[in-house]
Amino acid sequence: MKLHRITALLYRHLCLYKRSFPRVLEIIYWPFVDLVIWGFITLYLQQFKEALPNFVVFFLGALILWDVLFRAQQGITISFLEEIWSRNLMNLFASPLTPGEFLAATMTLSVGKVLVVSCVTVLAAFAFYSFNVFVLGLSLIPFVLNLIVVGWCIGVLTTGLIMRYGQEVEVLAWGLVFLFQPISCVFYPMSVLPGWLQAIAQMNPAAHVFEGMRAVIATGVFPTSELVWAVGLNAMYLAALIAWFHLMFAACKEKGLLVRVGE
Amino acid sequence: MVESIVQVRNLTKRFGSFTAVDGVSFEIRKGEILGLLGPNGAGKTTTIQMLLGLVTPTSGEIKMFGLPLDRHREEILGKVNFSSTYVSMPQALTVEENLWVVARLYGMDRIASRIDDVVKRMEMEEFRTKVTRKLSSGQMTRLALAKAFLTEPQVLFLDEPTASLDPDIADKTRSLIKDIRRTAGLTVLYTSHNMREMEVMSDRIIFLQRGRIVAEGTAEAIKAVHGETDLEEVFLKLARDQSAGVSRP
Repeated sequence: MKLHRITALLYRHLCLYKRSFPRVLEIIYWPFVDLVIWGFITLYLQQFKEALPNFVVFFLGALILWDVLFRAQQGITISFLEEIWSRNLMNLFASPLTPGEFLAATMTLSVGKVLVVSCVTVLAAFAFYSFNVFVLGLSLIPFVLNLIVVGWCIGVLTTGLIMRYGQEVEVLAWGLVFLFQPISCVFYPMSVLPGWLQAIAQMNPAAHVFEGMRAVIATGVFPTSELVWAVGLNAMYLAALIAWFHLMFAACKEKGLLVRVGE
Repeated sequence: MVESIVQVRNLTKRFGSFTAVDGVSFEIRKGEILGLLGPNGAGKTTTIQMLLGLVTPTSGEIKMFGLPLDRHREEILGKVNFSSTYVSMPQALTVEENLWVVARLYGMDRIASRIDDVVKRMEMEEFRTKVTRKLSSGQMTRLALAKAFLTEPQVLFLDEPTASLDPDIADKTRSLIKDIRRTAGLTVLYTSHNMREMEVMSDRIIFLQRGRIVAEGTAEAIKAVHGETDLEEVFLKLARDQSAGVSRP
């Protein structure tokens, strides 16, 4: 793993964002619009707050944290798509760059995206609804870190699939993450799911993060067991998916797909 | 005896039932320019892609600098570069930014002065700060070549490098390649559909057809074996001959 190759890719993408207003807009605009729309819906639903105390905090906190996961995933997948769109994959992988270094660069880039998006959503939530996400306290840090790793996992999975099946499945870059949303229990507790779906959700680290978030808001007690589950599952999935990505990369070289993707 | 920098043994690539490259063997000596000739679909590009580690061979062996490519990929690719008319560079970046990324990828030092040098040699001063998407096709080709020269490779794979250049720049590019070959011992694998260019540039030529080597030798020797005075005539003869046998003068 060579740092200069990772920074080369970071520089390449920063130059892109520096010069592309639509791409900057993509980072700021959608999270902002999401937050404003759902925020007002939340305010409306607040009239039922006697039945659901802390409703605003639950919902806006969930919304901001979901965006962390979503942008972390996008940071990886869209970076790969950028290389396909600019027909640059051959230049990259005919250089000494390794697939691991490529992933490391895109993961670092995704953290940058998450930071920008978080600033936008946190400030907007405060400006429009006087909502302070820091009510979650220090528990916010492990929650956010775990959601970034979940985003990386889904990003690596999506990227591997696009590399293997080509631009036909490009839509997965925006769609696949939402397949995980129902079992991430973002806006509702896991207990509302049917039993068989709860069993699946238990295997989703994001579900443990959102359960943990609700526990902190409701009781003020940090749910260590939820965090242990999230970290354990994340470590297992990330290691497995990185290994799978390398296998996919080798398979694509075998089938000659790496030089054909994007044609 | 001049050392072999590139050694290819029985290289075969099959995609399902289609054989793109079929038992190809050749060597390129240090400082040699080897021309790879053949009609479309002959296996030239697949061969180069395998030499760049982008496509895994079905069988056979590729060695560069005495090391097998499959086990020493990073080490070998750090000393190799390529240019192809079929590959682009990030469109939103300027010429300089693209060159900077390449230099970092290859771990170069003194990046600014190296970029200055290659920009000057490729006569790219007037568009060095231009965004890549605004370049003409000729300027784009020069950028692709600059990217290949920038890293000071010991082996260069050039896939139709002068295809969209005007005669003046194409001539200067050929001179530059020969100049670097003379001064730095650059080893080159060269493909082109310009027969005159192939004759001028190549020390030896390999003619591929349907993934197999059907002729090999100097341009003069190949012409002599096939009783032609023009390499283009040899090309047409071999390309149209479905059952061409191997001719090694």
